[in-house]
Amino acid sequence: MDIIIAAVGGQGALLASKVLGRLAQNKGLDVKMSEVHGMAQRGGSVITHVRFAEEVNSPLIEEGSADVVLALEMLEGARYISYLKPGGKLITNTQKIDPMSVIIGQQEYPAELKEQLSQLDLEIITEDALGLAKEAGNMKAANIALMGVLAKNTEIEKEEWLTAIKEIVPEKFQEVNITAFELGFNSEV
Amino acid sequence: MRKLMLGNEAIARGAYEAGATVATAYPGTPSTEITENVARYEEIDTEWSVNEKVALEVGIGSSIAGARTLVSMKHVGLNVAADPLMSVSYPGVNAGLVIAVADDPSQHSSQNEQDTRYYGRFGKIPVLEPADSQECKDFVKKAFKLSEDFDTPVIVRINTRISHSRGLVELEDRIDFELKEYDQNPNKYIVAPAVAKKRRVVAEERLAKLKEFAEDSELNQVEYDKKDVGIITSGVAYHHSKEVFEDASFLKLGLSYPLPQKMIEDFVNQCETVYVIEELEPIFEEQIKSWGLEVIGKDVLPTIGELNPAIIREAVLGNTKEKLELEQEFPIRPAVLCPGCHHRGVFYILKKLKLHVSGDIGCYTLGAFPPLQAMDTCICMGASVGMAFGFEKARGKEFAKKSVAVIGDSTFWHTGVNGLIDLVYNQGNTTVIILDNSTTAMTGHQENPSTGYNVKGGKAPNISFEKLGKSIGIERVRTIDAYEIDEVERIVKEETATEEPSLIITKKPCVLHKRADVINDPLNIEGDLCTGCKKCLDIGCPAISFTGETVKINETLCVGCELCTEMCNFDAIKKGAN
Repeated sequence: MDIIIAAVGGQGALLASKVLGRLAQNKGLDVKMSEVHGMAQRGGSVITHVRFAEEVNSPLIEEGSADVVLALEMLEGARYISYLKPGGKLITNTQKIDPMSVIIGQQEYPAELKEQLSQLDLEIITEDALGLAKEAGNMKAANIALMGVLAKNTEIEKEEWLTAIKEIVPEKFQEVNITAFELGFNSEV
Repeated sequence: MRKLMLGNEAIARGAYEAGATVATAYPGTPSTEITENVARYEEIDTEWSVNEKVALEVGIGSSIAGARTLVSMKHVGLNVAADPLMSVSYPGVNAGLVIAVADDPSQHSSQNEQDTRYYGRFGKIPVLEPADSQECKDFVKKAFKLSEDFDTPVIVRINTRISHSRGLVELEDRIDFELKEYDQNPNKYIVAPAVAKKRRVVAEERLAKLKEFAEDSELNQVEYDKKDVGIITSGVAYHHSKEVFEDASFLKLGLSYPLPQKMIEDFVNQCETVYVIEELEPIFEEQIKSWGLEVIGKDVLPTIGELNPAIIREAVLGNTKEKLELEQEFPIRPAVLCPGCHHRGVFYILKKLKLHVSGDIGCYTLGAFPPLQAMDTCICMGASVGMAFGFEKARGKEFAKKSVAVIGDSTFWHTGVNGLIDLVYNQGNTTVIILDNSTTAMTGHQENPSTGYNVKGGKAPNISFEKLGKSIGIERVRTIDAYEIDEVERIVKEETATEEPSLIITKKPCVLHKRADVINDPLNIEGDLCTGCKKCLDIGCPAISFTGETVKINETLCVGCELCTEMCNFDAIKKGAN
């Protein structure tokens, strides 16, 4: 399975990819993941590649190949949509974060992104992950809330996801993250 | 046991398993996590050195004194360490000396795309290129052995994609490497011409032996499949190529300098068409073509940027996968100064005062971009101080009154301090501002000589900028709270006006750091007090945006630093409003 996580630096793409990596490792699969560290993390656009299969060569997903694009921010999902294979799933947070170029009025945040994306050959699933995270008790858990939506859209058993989350998320944040995951998993979107 | 590890983490593990007892480094993306991980092994004496030159010098001393030693840095760091690197090549080593160098193709976090393999040829030093996390660990262990067997430092060259990718790694036990005897051998280690001329010959003989070794080394692997297409490659480009050519033959070079000429000749002769797929410079390709062999390389593949399966597919096969596209240009989202960053107010003032700012390398380089745009130049680590003095030399004292150097705390210790001594000695007037956020922030919060802590988290001497400035003869040394922007403005005006060198330290811990003291509840816009004048947008805080009529504050981003409240003329921004 090839998953792209598209996000703004600081939204928790790294934690989400670590959970996915553990999930795959627990299944006995080969795993490769490619992350962004350093300069690009300071509120910049961030793309994380997660690949698992019997054998994985490149740590990078080729454009037109990802099974899922998991977007923690919608513009970032749109930016990296070329990675999704035709007919693939775009699971996106409805949260919008203005880039600096928009804040200072040089560029505009694209209008009607969801409608535009829906025109493409893909299945789009939107979720207010920030709202779910707030409901769970911590805004920072939006990444795991959206992962709940992803979990519901795979063949992998829910228990396996919960195990991976428990193994990766530090203990003091486990409860809130598991609540966020459940809210995402049970969401009616 | 298998563990999912970053390439950098696996490099550290390799040093641990090889029995290394000393590790040194200066942080730099993408190499930083090597040393953060090495530091977790209590058996390894680890340090954040002040710069890469010192890191390598400590490493050379430690090797001669008998300890297996790992020195780590990013590619441009090797330029700083180039003097000890080139100079230790002829004398060689005692215990294994491995230098892990991480290149940054596509310049994700760097000023250039230099290819470290050139340093191998330049210094006659063997270069190993692992392709994934498992090989990072394995190759570091092999590199220690190679270093001792051939009496040479060894470079392990990785890159961003290997450093920051995770893969499964089979863990093994640490070997019990006994400290070697101290090698007291002036005829080897004193590089005065009389000795060095003899070592020059030894280095050449060593290279000849390494070439023989390369022919049989398991570091280089031939995988024959169909022979109509052969691929010669190395590093992560091997795995990218595997995605594209499922049944081609491969020659994977793990030892990328010196090359196994006979092995390559044999491979090229057996395959019908041979492509050389190497990231960055055509280093293999030029050598291979110089032997009279026909291969295809940069004729079709790019020299600029990192490779990936799609680039290789299009370049070699001329096709691309079907992909989804939106016919729209998206607003760019480059990195920005974080909400609450204390550099923001300082740059706002520097811009307001219309100063020429000689900048440096760190988070604060982001002050160069809109809307702050308060930096004219940034060339390399530590250059800000010398360059500002250069402005003064060229244009005189009056220009010095209209310009400043800005440099971060860690960058100052790295190589800025030399510039400051030069400035005082040569009687300049330039004002130098140290943006002291008490951490090496851009690379992910590493300790440095003025944080009071060492790489292992223990207490360390906290070296004082103020005392240093005074001791080298700067009379005007001022320390201010970076959040007090009125005070910053007053002091910068005063110090730039004087005809002597000044040192200003703007102090506040990085807002993301665990020792930060400024995280508060988010602010909010109170009722209808906002007039939409947009003045608060001038500080370029990512938490504030304009809705069309008024501004709003993003509660997930705001850390309550209150810098924006100083911008607002209508008292519209409040704590806990709404």
